[in-house]
Amino acid sequence: MLKNKLSRRTFLSLAGVAGVGAGVAAKTALGITDGFLEDLGEGTVADEVVPTVCEICFWKCGVLAHKKDGRVFKITGNPSHPLSRGRLCPRGAGGPGLLYDNDRLKKPLIRVGERGEEKFREATWEEALDRVAEGFQKVADEHGPEAVGMLYHGAGASFFKTLLHGFGTPNIAAPSYAQCRGPREVGFELTYGEGVGSPENLDMRNTRTLVLIGAHLGENMHNTQVQDFAECLGKGAKLIVADPRYSTAAGKADWWLPVRPGTDIALILGWMHVILREGWYDKAWMQRNTIGLDKLEAHVARYTPEAVFVETGIEPDVIVETAEALSATAPASLVHPGRRVTWYGDDTQRSRAIAMLNALLGNWGRPGGFNMTSNVPIAKTELPAFPEHRPIADKLDGQYIFAGSPLASGLRDATLTEKPYPIKAWMVYGCNLPNVLPNTQKTLDAIQKLDFMVAIDVLPAEVCGWADVVLPECTYLERHDDLIAPWYREPFAALRQPVVDPMGESKPGWWMAKQLAKRLGLEQFFPWENPREMIHARLKASGYNAAQIADVEQRGVILGEPEPLYLPTDYEYEYGTPSGKIEFFSQQLADAGFDPMPTYRRPEMPPAGSFRLLTGRAPSHTFGRTANNSLLLDSYPENELWVNRVIAADFGLLHGGYAMVFGEGDTKTGPIRVKVTERIRADCVYMVHGFGHSARGLSKAHGRGANDSAVTTRYETDPLMGGTGFNVNFVRIEPAPDSSLGGVEA
Amino acid sequence: MQSLTKRRFGMGVDTVACVGCSACAIACKTENDVPQGHTRRWVNQRVEGRFPHLTMMVWSDSCQQCDDSPCVDACPTGASHVHEATGTTQVDRNKCTGCKACIAACPYGARYVRPEGYVDKCTLCIHRLKRGERTACEEVCPTKAIVVGDLNDSRSELSRRIAARHHRRQKVEAGTNPRFYLFT
Amino acid sequence: MQNTTFTELTTTRMNPHVDPGLHIWGWEVPVYLFLGGLAAGLLILSSYAVLSRKKRDLPTSANWAPLLVVPALLIGLTALFLDLEYKLHVYRFYLTFQPTAPMSWGSWILGIVFVTSGLSTVYALYQLPWFANLGLAKMRLLQALRGFAGRHERGLATSNLVLGISLGIYTGILLSAFSARPLWNSSVLGMIFLASGLSSGAALAALMAARLNRDEASPEHEFLVRFDLTCIVVEAGLIGLWIVGLLTGTEAGREAAALILGGPYTAAFWSLVVAVGLVVPGTLEVMALRSRWNSHLVAPLLVLVGGVALRFILVNAGQVSAIAQTVGHG
Repeated sequence: MLKNKLSRRTFLSLAGVAGVGAGVAAKTALGITDGFLEDLGEGTVADEVVPTVCEICFWKCGVLAHKKDGRVFKITGNPSHPLSRGRLCPRGAGGPGLLYDNDRLKKPLIRVGERGEEKFREATWEEALDRVAEGFQKVADEHGPEAVGMLYHGAGASFFKTLLHGFGTPNIAAPSYAQCRGPREVGFELTYGEGVGSPENLDMRNTRTLVLIGAHLGENMHNTQVQDFAECLGKGAKLIVADPRYSTAAGKADWWLPVRPGTDIALILGWMHVILREGWYDKAWMQRNTIGLDKLEAHVARYTPEAVFVETGIEPDVIVETAEALSATAPASLVHPGRRVTWYGDDTQRSRAIAMLNALLGNWGRPGGFNMTSNVPIAKTELPAFPEHRPIADKLDGQYIFAGSPLASGLRDATLTEKPYPIKAWMVYGCNLPNVLPNTQKTLDAIQKLDFMVAIDVLPAEVCGWADVVLPECTYLERHDDLIAPWYREPFAALRQPVVDPMGESKPGWWMAKQLAKRLGLEQFFPWENPREMIHARLKASGYNAAQIADVEQRGVILGEPEPLYLPTDYEYEYGTPSGKIEFFSQQLADAGFDPMPTYRRPEMPPAGSFRLLTGRAPSHTFGRTANNSLLLDSYPENELWVNRVIAADFGLLHGGYAMVFGEGDTKTGPIRVKVTERIRADCVYMVHGFGHSARGLSKAHGRGANDSAVTTRYETDPLMGGTGFNVNFVRIEPAPDSSLGGVEA
Repeated sequence: MQSLTKRRFGMGVDTVACVGCSACAIACKTENDVPQGHTRRWVNQRVEGRFPHLTMMVWSDSCQQCDDSPCVDACPTGASHVHEATGTTQVDRNKCTGCKACIAACPYGARYVRPEGYVDKCTLCIHRLKRGERTACEEVCPTKAIVVGDLNDSRSELSRRIAARHHRRQKVEAGTNPRFYLFT
Repeated sequence: MQNTTFTELTTTRMNPHVDPGLHIWGWEVPVYLFLGGLAAGLLILSSYAVLSRKKRDLPTSANWAPLLVVPALLIGLTALFLDLEYKLHVYRFYLTFQPTAPMSWGSWILGIVFVTSGLSTVYALYQLPWFANLGLAKMRLLQALRGFAGRHERGLATSNLVLGISLGIYTGILLSAFSARPLWNSSVLGMIFLASGLSSGAALAALMAARLNRDEASPEHEFLVRFDLTCIVVEAGLIGLWIVGLLTGTEAGREAAALILGGPYTAAFWSLVVAVGLVVPGTLEVMALRSRWNSHLVAPLLVLVGGVALRFILVNAGQVSAIAQTVGHG
């Protein structure tokens, strides 16, 4: 009896399982589980999209921040913004990685240990701000307000610049001039009477032959320029890349010229020689727009392809071929002016050579060359006049007379030497000075001479460890900044506005500036409650009505009426030079005792067993600012030392193994992962700048990769404008002691 | 919601335009909540030759959306399947046991195990395609190198590029018939 | 040296299971493959004993071998279960049948194997003299099952034979179906695993026979030794064919073969799988058959070690093998 029951039950349950199985199988076959997409939760749709302006780098693309349940989960390009055009570089897309970085500064800090020990105690904003005001006031009382200096980088600095100008000091400088694009601006100013600015006025999308000298577009990810770069390549442009390293751009080039580092001026003069010798230029255009062509022709006569070959290592027929390619498509031929051009100390002259070569191609104001720009005029806030002050201290009398902007390295020197007068207090805004100004020890020595230093930052970078007070600024996604309205081919004014509330107790820069203004008696320079009110007032004063103003906050940008990009062919353009024309021969340089036309001088060779250290960018990082960003680290977790394969074999370096890099004295950095490659000359090594962080507060960046700044002790100062060329450091390399970190023979 | 009936979606990457910046990879990460330390999308760089005679190819890479998907063949629970309407291979996370047969089966290394335990890979942003939007990678790419389209539609941008440009595919010898094209 | 060119391939992909090389299966899968093969061998042996009407001559194979099948499979399946990243969904294996997925075949084969070998286990239990005295033996369910098994002894043996062969072959097909892993991608792998499983089963049975008969040379022991020797010879031949197939196949196959012909797995493969697992025990067994010199334990133990090694080395080396990144045409 029991037997039968059991067997029936067993049968039934077995059948039941089979039935369920069959049933589910049937469901599956009919695709009913298409419902999986609904419970995926994949790629949530935002419940709020806020337009603002990115600040992961300094290109300042317009972005859209997508929020869900109050959390920014992704950032995309703003289709209305002329710089991003709806597209974005990896760093901008990685914005949430900064916003939600737990290492962010959350509270004001006051130093308790020695400078550099990174020992702080948390403080209230009241106490911290009082300390800063006190610090500045004391220094001003003792040494004058000019003894307070500011070193900065970023759009948010504008409020502090107003503050310090109001305080009465002219000593405000950004390293982005003397340590980055300054020489280029001066080189072009001397030639054309104006610089190229940022964003550069390059009509690259229409260029038919493009020359990049060291400019590594594609690893330098300035969004718009990379878009234009891809566009011109897609249209069949020819590409010539001069670079000791086979960069990504070189990988797309029709000609890769692996020039010997330091010989670029010879190459450029060699091109000019060929173009002039062959008459491959528009004589009428030269007549109308330039002076000094005959002097130039005489000057470059000795830079024959053969002579240039000896210096650069580039074959004579390649020099002729590339000169021919360049001239064949002129004026739609462009020699990129570069970006970070502080290389060897003669960088203004090299930039001038580039400017002159462009002039020979006749591309100023022509399609494919340099376009005209315009802007959206926005009324400024009416402010009282800034007080008078002593001259800026960034240079001595008669030095660097062609500098057009303050020199950050000059302010450091003034702090160190107390000449022309002492600088005793620094405000450092968003600028990690130990890894920015060449020769870190000098920077640290200068800091030790200060009576007071305040650092304003988002993350606890190395510079914060040396400050007396650290003020936590909230990220660009959490604050208003001033309107951003550059001169550009499509004029615009972009709005940076908060997407989420600030984390912790971090505050926007404008609030800090206003608070300090209160304490320093400078409130008259901030006649508004908050930037939103300020911006509304300015827009109203510029003729925008309420609806338009509301639209700006919806779209994030005001678009202006573009003016013509190109000059009519016969147009007599008034260049801003002393002669009113493009100057191949610069009388003002001659008068000042400098070469009126760029001259080549053979660079120093690395001592035996050493290599010139070259640095650059990774596309998913911005200098050292992103080394702690967990989203971006997945793409590029550490920098690598590029070493020529033959050299690596000689020195026992394995691909994927680790090496130590030794500089002057007892400076060194590493261990750094080794990339054994064919992609670099045997006389240099290369690494991406911005790794090897020592700041303990950067938990993800700490100890990752190597810090090129640690071995960048030498620099050559450009005599024309004070730029600091620092591609002049020679390093030795060795396998790292713990070489069990792996590696294979390549 | 757009109705996606009987399409065959594929992807193309223009290796002339692509600079290997990884914007696609990061945009994909934020769009699709890809966990840290894992990638649905990545960048490859291939350099050949001897100094100074070198050539390079750079491209953005991911699941190849194969016509003959070995991952679908290998999956014992039907989690890895072909989505009828789009022709794309997808993973039903409700069915995945994390046995990893699909990871062994994929010659492209396109799949990974999420910390939750189920397998994940590029879905061709099917949730966006359904809304008539472009995939996250295509939308963000600063060089417009990425194009996603219907291979069954000869007028789609992707089909047109395949017709007009030199193109290659990867590991074709594996018999996967990938719908991922590299334009050279 | 001057004429060589270099290829530099970099990727930003970083999936732990795939980069820097495939690493999805650790010890769990090789353990399961070995135990599955072992169970298959035991099933086939016991079926042979029944179907060839030699139960009396082959008592260990007929009565004891079946007892080990279920435990072996239980341990193996536990290992497999531990390998799953999403264990809660394990039931999903049994809600569908995917004919293109060897794993699906495997789940169902295993499911049925448990039923049939469960029956055989019950039947075999009742053959043990001491079992009848246990309270467990009086359970009506067990007695019913035993009766069922007894009445259908030949049918059960036939199905065990078929299932055992399927199980043995499928463990190899499980790997060989992955065309993305060139080292495994040979149709011969299924037969290698079957031969290895049979060899392991015979070795285990020989060990048991030696223990049970208290080291007396028994006819069954000799049979098992011959049987194992045959399996060893066949397995060696199949391994040879497998290597030849790789070398004469595609570039990917040649690169895969290099892993055990000079590459990182060479020493392990030739010492553990070939020497320890095949050559030495084979030689010992030949000597045993000729000169009646018996080390009952050494040869079978070596065979078992070789069987485990074969699975571990193959699973690990296979994950290293891949189709190289070239960018072809079309």
